[in-house]
Amino acid sequence: MTTATARPTVPISARDFKSDYNPIWCPGCGDYSVVLSFTRAFASLGLRPENTAVVSGIGCSSRIPAYLTSYGFHGVHGRSLAAAAGLKLARPDLTVVVASGDGDGYSIGGNHFMHACRRNVDMTYVVMDNHVYGMTKGQPSPTTEPDWNSKLSPGGTGVRTFHPLVIALAAGANFVARAFSGDPSGTANVLVEAIKTPGFSFVEILSPCVTFRPEQREWKNAVRPAPVGTTNDPARAARYIMTDDGFNLGILYRGERAPYQPPMGRGNKQPADLEKGFAI
Amino acid sequence: MNAKKAAAKPARGHPRKAAAGAKSRPEAGIASIDELMAYAYALELEAAERYAEFADAMEAHNNREVAELFRKLARIENRHAEQVLEEMGWVSPPDAPHGGYKWEGFEAPESGDVTELHYLMQPYHALQIALHNEKRAHAFFGSLVKQARNAKVRKAAQEMEQEEAEHVRLIEEWIKRTPKPDADWAIDPDPPVLAD
Repeated sequence: MTTATARPTVPISARDFKSDYNPIWCPGCGDYSVVLSFTRAFASLGLRPENTAVVSGIGCSSRIPAYLTSYGFHGVHGRSLAAAAGLKLARPDLTVVVASGDGDGYSIGGNHFMHACRRNVDMTYVVMDNHVYGMTKGQPSPTTEPDWNSKLSPGGTGVRTFHPLVIALAAGANFVARAFSGDPSGTANVLVEAIKTPGFSFVEILSPCVTFRPEQREWKNAVRPAPVGTTNDPARAARYIMTDDGFNLGILYRGERAPYQPPMGRGNKQPADLEKGFAI
Repeated sequence: MNAKKAAAKPARGHPRKAAAGAKSRPEAGIASIDELMAYAYALELEAAERYAEFADAMEAHNNREVAELFRKLARIENRHAEQVLEEMGWVSPPDAPHGGYKWEGFEAPESGDVTELHYLMQPYHALQIALHNEKRAHAFFGSLVKQARNAKVRKAAQEMEQEEAEHVRLIEEWIKRTPKPDADWAIDPDPPVLAD
């Protein structure tokens, strides 16, 4: 494990990672359970709040740093990965986890997603996928089914869905997994493995939006453990992921690529020194 | 819910306690009273925590009546968890079995399903969730009775099953005293969706 996991002098529990703020999401939202999974995973790893940073963008899912006791950064739309990469490269001792949603992560931040996979900085990217823009009242997102009929997309968009796990794999993510918010312990276990795996780990969490997609309540009956085990063969993983129906859960790929971590200076330069470097 | 709270728990010195310390064989199912009661504790505690989260969510949406009901359910389940500790003479929560708790579903059987909440839900709906949870807990202990490989664990699991059956009965009585919502309870004149 390349993240900060110094053994705490006082054991820390999942509850210690919860902040004093009560989550404000729609009742029934799957994201409530994701908070639980984060806290359980952090506690299970023996992390300390002062050595853990949760970075997010914009959207319902990106509210999560406020509900955790750790360092947090609520960034701009789609740019959470850029902020997180900078943080991790400057402070490799921190455990950096990024929280996003399918709109923030795959549309507005889609380009960052691909290049973060390619760059393979040691951090964990969690995308809470509910196939809709919830915060902005239910517009179709990149993972919305093409025939999803709504007032904002009458008859459906007719646009094929983005396939995040395959994209992550093709772009070079070192760890690819799918979890379900309704299984907080299972999700926590996946997060533990994602954080422990060096490099860029991508975890898609199916997290129902019961307000705009009430039919997603049935996801709990659709998900099941993936019938295949974890592989380190990207071609095999790609074949499997391309043909699954989006409801197979588990760690589908774990590679062995070394993370990107350039040597960093001490960071003690003054602004005037930096300016000299740009002088023509 | 006071009636549920009054559901009798065996006094100290009960066979459950007397058999504590029996060798645990997780790979062969629950084989000791300690392990069984650790499961019972985890089940009650998770239920309490979940109801508290439900109450917080309802408060955030100003559904105070249902929030208070969930808060009450959380207190009851917390008390049940404390009773497990007291009964076993444990001064701190038990360690989870090696490999963690193995539930039949994703979570402990008394933990409410987050996706069943609705911001306009009424006490009747909250009690339906509670009833479902108690029924699952009843079924869980029932399955332990069938799987138990020693008489002491079987007997203790039977007692837990009976207690959960009593909880089911009490919730059903509570539901009878609770007004049933109108058919249009979920209709919001100012719905959280963009229309036109």
